[in-house]
Amino acid sequence: MDTKFVLGGIDYLIMIVYFIFVLGIGWALKKYMKNASAFLEAGRSIPAWVAGLAFISTNLGALEVMGMTGSGLKYGMLTTHFYWIGAVPAMLFLALFMMRFYYGSKARSVPEYLKLRFDEKTRGLNAILFAVMTILASGISMYALAILLENVLGWNFNVSILASAAIVLAYTYLGGLSSAIYNEVLQFFIIIIGLLPMTLLVMKDVGGWSGLQGGLAPIVEARGFAADTWTTTWKYTGSGGANPLGVAWYGIAAGLGFVLSFGYWCTNFLIVQRAMAAESNIAARKTPLIGAIPKMFIPFLIIVPGIAALVLLNDPTKGFALPLNETGQPIYDYTIIMLLKQYLPAGVLGLGITALLASFMSGMAGNVSAFNTVWTYDIYQSYIRPLTGNHELDDKHYLKVGKISTVFGVVVSIGAAYIASKFGNIMDFLQTIFSMINAPLFAVIFLGMFWKRSTGHAAFTGLLAGFAVALLHHGLTQPMGSDTLVKGGWLGVIHEYPVEMAQNFWTAIYAFTTSTLLTVIISLLTKRVKSDAELDGLVYSMTAPINDDEVIWYQRPWFLALIVAVICIILTILFW
Amino acid sequence: MIDIRFPIGLMFSVFGIIITVYGLTTIGNDAMYLRSLNINVNLISGICMLIFGLVMLFFSDPVKKWLKNRKA
Repeated sequence: MDTKFVLGGIDYLIMIVYFIFVLGIGWALKKYMKNASAFLEAGRSIPAWVAGLAFISTNLGALEVMGMTGSGLKYGMLTTHFYWIGAVPAMLFLALFMMRFYYGSKARSVPEYLKLRFDEKTRGLNAILFAVMTILASGISMYALAILLENVLGWNFNVSILASAAIVLAYTYLGGLSSAIYNEVLQFFIIIIGLLPMTLLVMKDVGGWSGLQGGLAPIVEARGFAADTWTTTWKYTGSGGANPLGVAWYGIAAGLGFVLSFGYWCTNFLIVQRAMAAESNIAARKTPLIGAIPKMFIPFLIIVPGIAALVLLNDPTKGFALPLNETGQPIYDYTIIMLLKQYLPAGVLGLGITALLASFMSGMAGNVSAFNTVWTYDIYQSYIRPLTGNHELDDKHYLKVGKISTVFGVVVSIGAAYIASKFGNIMDFLQTIFSMINAPLFAVIFLGMFWKRSTGHAAFTGLLAGFAVALLHHGLTQPMGSDTLVKGGWLGVIHEYPVEMAQNFWTAIYAFTTSTLLTVIISLLTKRVKSDAELDGLVYSMTAPINDDEVIWYQRPWFLALIVAVICIILTILFW
Repeated sequence: MIDIRFPIGLMFSVFGIIITVYGLTTIGNDAMYLRSLNINVNLISGICMLIFGLVMLFFSDPVKKWLKNRKA
């Protein structure tokens, strides 16, 4: 199957206009970058709606977009579990219960919150793991972008990597976090507007939702599932065998709805940083809620076309096919690319491709702008050159370090991208490993925020042990039919999971449980070092309750959260 | 700080104009729009983007300020 696109001059024109605006935003913000706080924290001046859209745009990286369309084809509407049960509850929890501590503590990063709440070693462990993980993630996404551009547009691999890195570097170097956030908002709109024509055309072609249901029935039944499995979410989760995900409802609720999603949304600094840049405490609390509104509807833009692609694949008159890999398996991640190619003529095609490029850059810039903050504040300022007390001098110095670390982050990402191109498996493996730090981190931060008795020694041990258990579980289990140690089983196999997803869920559940238990036990065995006064603003029971009385009722976070929850419940029932 | 609505509005207005004009010049090019189910998607999305861009511009701080100054 030919994956090559023929782009016309008009398509390149769209792309060029987009890049001019991206760089222009960086340029326009340059004059505000007077100190480290402006550069690394956006001066805590971002309006709630901007922070909210950036919050969701950081998460809408291209690997996510491509992966989710592919998953739509593979698992149908069950993929929406990653959005409704697997994101919204965690976002509501972050907004209503956790954000006030992140923001109110004046911490500049999640690791710094750990330092304030627990101790230096807990912060150090988290900061270093986070820094390595974000750079890796940025390298992997750069590699994926270059491969895509090579396959689709025939662009040279090296040129793609260097050009995309140069653009991201230029705008994050010029305008820091503000520039990353502003561009994420721009990217959000172009992703939506660029992909919408494709989605509408696919749906028209398959005859709308009812046409889709009708078209899917014979295909799905031939695979041994009920006719409406691909168009429902919870209906066939009574047992794992009845749905293509291979996981039953309790696995989805506990693994995805709780451990994985709370670990990701509530503790990942990449995401939380957007809310921490908001202009006020209430704006910070509203950020995840504003982000949740588009988040709930993104499945219709990217998952539903993937489901429709299954019908197209089985209809020879459409001439739709996916490229195959070396072993003859279809490459599902290319679904969205092939749909763009199938339906969009020159003009809007340029817009669709620009949307994909934009989502790659937003993911990369997000990583870089989170990395430079953690590096400057949590590693450099803590261990290499502490504050001198001279404000003016310090500010200048850390601004310089922030800028240098931005360059450094991009350069190391480029290195990581080349390592990924040589040893793709190692990178997959590392990414799996690092994804394991989220679940224990959530356990530790949750206990830290809501239980004043939890101590630094306990948090440190809990983090480390949770990580170790995750590693151990991954080393001792593997998904059925796995032929590579990257997927697990490198210590010997004691259990096989039906699908990789189930293995991931259980890895996270074990890590979270271990971390929670150990943190509680060791906290009870060790002495509490922090006084009540020191915990003010960091722990729920030590902090005065929030008072939003001066804000008119419909602008309060609770009201917004209620709207989000109601929409999410309605969507869940509609597509039950 | 700059108001992000301004660059967003400007960019989509530019996109809107480019794509609308392209859509107009390709009216009647049936071969080109065969893949998009015989719909001139350029014309439609171009106009939609232009409207979106202009709305964003209209509500952005620089334009609001400019309108106020003109009245005064």
